[in-house]
Amino acid sequence: MAGLATVFGSGAMTNSLAEIENNDALFVIGSNTKENHPIVALRMIKAVRKGAKLIIADPRRVPLVRFAHLWLQQRPGTDVALLNGMMHVILNDGLTDSAFIAERTEGFDENFRKNIGECTPESAEKITGVPKEKIVEAARIYARAERAGIYYTMGITQHSHGTDNVLSIANLALMTGNLGKESSGVNPLRGQNNVQGATDMGCLPNLFPGYQRVTVPAVRRKFEELWGVKLPEHEGLMANGMLDAALEGKLKALYIMGENPVLSDPDMSHTKKALSSLDFLVVQDIFMTETAALAHVVLPATSFAEKVGTFTNTERRVQRVRRVVDAPGLAMKDSHIIMELSGRMGYSMPYHHTEEVFQEIGKAWPAMAGISYSRLDEEGGLQWPCPTADHPGTPFLFKNGFPRGKAAFSMVQYTPSIEQPDAEYPFTLTTGRMLFQYHGGSMTRRVAPIEQVAGEPYIEINPEDARDLAVTNGTVVTVASRQGSLTVKAQVSARPGRGVVFIPFHFREAAANVLTSSKGLDPICRIPSLKVTAVRIEKT
Amino acid sequence: MEKLKNIISLTIDGQRITVQSGTTILAAARKLDISIPVLCHHPKLTATGACRVCIVEVNGIPVTSCTTAAEEGMEVITASPYIENLRRDIIDLILSDHPYDCMVCERAGSCELQELAYKYQIRTPVFRGERRIYPKRDGNPFIERDMEKCILCGRCVKVCDEVQGVGAIDYAYKGFQTKICPPFERDLSCEFCGQCITVCPTGALVSKPSLGKGRQQDIRKVATICPYCGCGCNLTLHAHKNEVIRTSSPKDSINEGWLCVKGKFGLSFINSPDRLKTPLVRKNGVLVEASWEEAFTYTADRLKQIRDTRGPDAIGGLSSARCTNEENYLFQKFLRAAVGTNNVDHCARY
Repeated sequence: MAGLATVFGSGAMTNSLAEIENNDALFVIGSNTKENHPIVALRMIKAVRKGAKLIIADPRRVPLVRFAHLWLQQRPGTDVALLNGMMHVILNDGLTDSAFIAERTEGFDENFRKNIGECTPESAEKITGVPKEKIVEAARIYARAERAGIYYTMGITQHSHGTDNVLSIANLALMTGNLGKESSGVNPLRGQNNVQGATDMGCLPNLFPGYQRVTVPAVRRKFEELWGVKLPEHEGLMANGMLDAALEGKLKALYIMGENPVLSDPDMSHTKKALSSLDFLVVQDIFMTETAALAHVVLPATSFAEKVGTFTNTERRVQRVRRVVDAPGLAMKDSHIIMELSGRMGYSMPYHHTEEVFQEIGKAWPAMAGISYSRLDEEGGLQWPCPTADHPGTPFLFKNGFPRGKAAFSMVQYTPSIEQPDAEYPFTLTTGRMLFQYHGGSMTRRVAPIEQVAGEPYIEINPEDARDLAVTNGTVVTVASRQGSLTVKAQVSARPGRGVVFIPFHFREAAANVLTSSKGLDPICRIPSLKVTAVRIEKT
Repeated sequence: MEKLKNIISLTIDGQRITVQSGTTILAAARKLDISIPVLCHHPKLTATGACRVCIVEVNGIPVTSCTTAAEEGMEVITASPYIENLRRDIIDLILSDHPYDCMVCERAGSCELQELAYKYQIRTPVFRGERRIYPKRDGNPFIERDMEKCILCGRCVKVCDEVQGVGAIDYAYKGFQTKICPPFERDLSCEFCGQCITVCPTGALVSKPSLGKGRQQDIRKVATICPYCGCGCNLTLHAHKNEVIRTSSPKDSINEGWLCVKGKFGLSFINSPDRLKTPLVRKNGVLVEASWEEAFTYTADRLKQIRDTRGPDAIGGLSSARCTNEENYLFQKFLRAAVGTNNVDHCARY
């Protein structure tokens, strides 16, 4: 997010889901789309069947590879080298879009070109393990396409150099003019129903709703006027910063709404220690999660089926959520809980209906000002920016320019991930989701049929590695990292390459985040490096 | 001029229409709002021509309108007595090998075959013959397959291949024994997306977790959005009393009516007995049930105390990518305006 915002001036999918089927080249990197965004994958398959070329770059043979023309199996954490190698080919072959570069970008200078010039496909092959012929072919397919789309997820961002990865992707799209057009763009696929919305709504320590900086006095004045109260002038702490501050004794109270960081954050023992050192922890959730178990107060909230409101999906589409059933017992709507607490803290939030909150959002952020519940009911969803009541919404971004004026190229060099395998920890662990389960599992693990087919944690091990370890399907192994260890059954699978293993992070009984590290955060957006952890595997 | 070459005109039930060459008679008729019954045809799948219900008369000859391309000067009659009789016999033949258990069938009230039997008033089939009897196989917890109700239309086979890209099922065995099933009758590659259930015209494929949970007419349907990944698939939740028993999705939605295993089958957590039902407050190290008044007073007092003694930046909040926009907006407003800190973040901001 920070990466795209730096380059373009806003961070979101540039195109719509429906545009995918009209791509003539798709470059999917660090996204197991068929399992994690199954419906997006259907559009991609449709595109392929209409004649598009699909390139996938992933350390694992993800299910979508079956439909790909080209699969690049890069070593985890080497994406920048791969992307720079591709850009080298594009530059050498003269496949850049010079008109686009001249009119709409800045920073495509001597230094940038020199940096790319040094990243030959040969050197990229050495770092990534991808044969140089494949790098050349991928570059040519992507650059020669009329309408090329890039799709990525956490395989790109959850790295100690996640922002660099995103900047590289942006460079690739800018260089070839694949932006600001239908079916051409840079598309981060959002992993949760309302990640886009939570970000848009300013649940960020540096930004008010609508990506407006808290440190800009004029912006602050606007919100002070809207909310009728004096607001803090300095940026707050990011999530992992809050945990560190708790450990240092600087943060005393934490209010967590609908999150389970104990299971979803890296280095579980660190997270637990931090939360336990707080004077006061309030958790608001629909289930007794691992995090709620540590709380001083647990507030029973409502699920999506018990309230009204809106979610914003991965393509910036705001859609209505409607109440279907009554909440169980005394469970209360999250908005009511917040309003009640706020009143008791001395700041009254007198809203009579959820739509009044929505209307206030439109006042705070012009990009949503044209959206109303009645329009959503009638039109079935609108994509921001939608500034006025007669605006049709915006299927793809940057048609008439970038919010920051000219989009900026960034000079990016490959830096190895912080966690490197060594003699003691020879394997590279990567984590992620599987089709059937979701996140920390507090929802899916309570669904009996899902548990029946996918209720057990596992570690994917390449057949050759399994042979060396004398491990077969179902063998229980101990997996240890510099942070912790767990035991889990082996699943011998040709999905990961040699030296790479995979554990889904849904299972508390073998929680992958016992192993991952909370150190080695990306220097800019502070994302943890969940995709690369050095581990050792032993038969138990 | 080039374009004009591809335009043809024909008459359907006396009405003239011009269409692109390659358009089927069925598609042309639908443009004129003339309804032709179908069973195997599905607008999002390639044509099969298996069920023959869509026959129409062209120059006195019955042809399947879903697979026959319109031709210049064609004169089509969609519902002559001759065609209607044939159509009635075809439906009758299908029903002759179909169990008569509409009274307990999950699809009663939303079954396309039942609708046609009603339209053509077929009570007892004229044709009597052998019936296919299949042993029940209970291989998976998601899809209930009652192959005696299958009319072999092939929609499920096509959706699995053409839309889902999996090909988990196909026609197997031969002749009268023909049956649609996964290889070796075991679900080897099935992703349990339930797309096959969505397109099945009869009760052959239904959602197993919904079995026996409510009749069609007792169900309330509410349009909402899936709570799982960021695709934002449009869901129609089917609720019986206070329980969500089934999910479907509108065909014209951004997800084109398709769902994945989580959206289709993964929502019973809503009614899980594990749901938190009362506030809990920690006393002597243990979380015990409390009233809202107690929980609110305690929480607000502790937060005020910490704010007043340690300053507002000693408090932080983590919001949720699962909650609504409105809730997230209120949450950050609470931290900023009521507490007085910018310590607010959420786990998926990257």
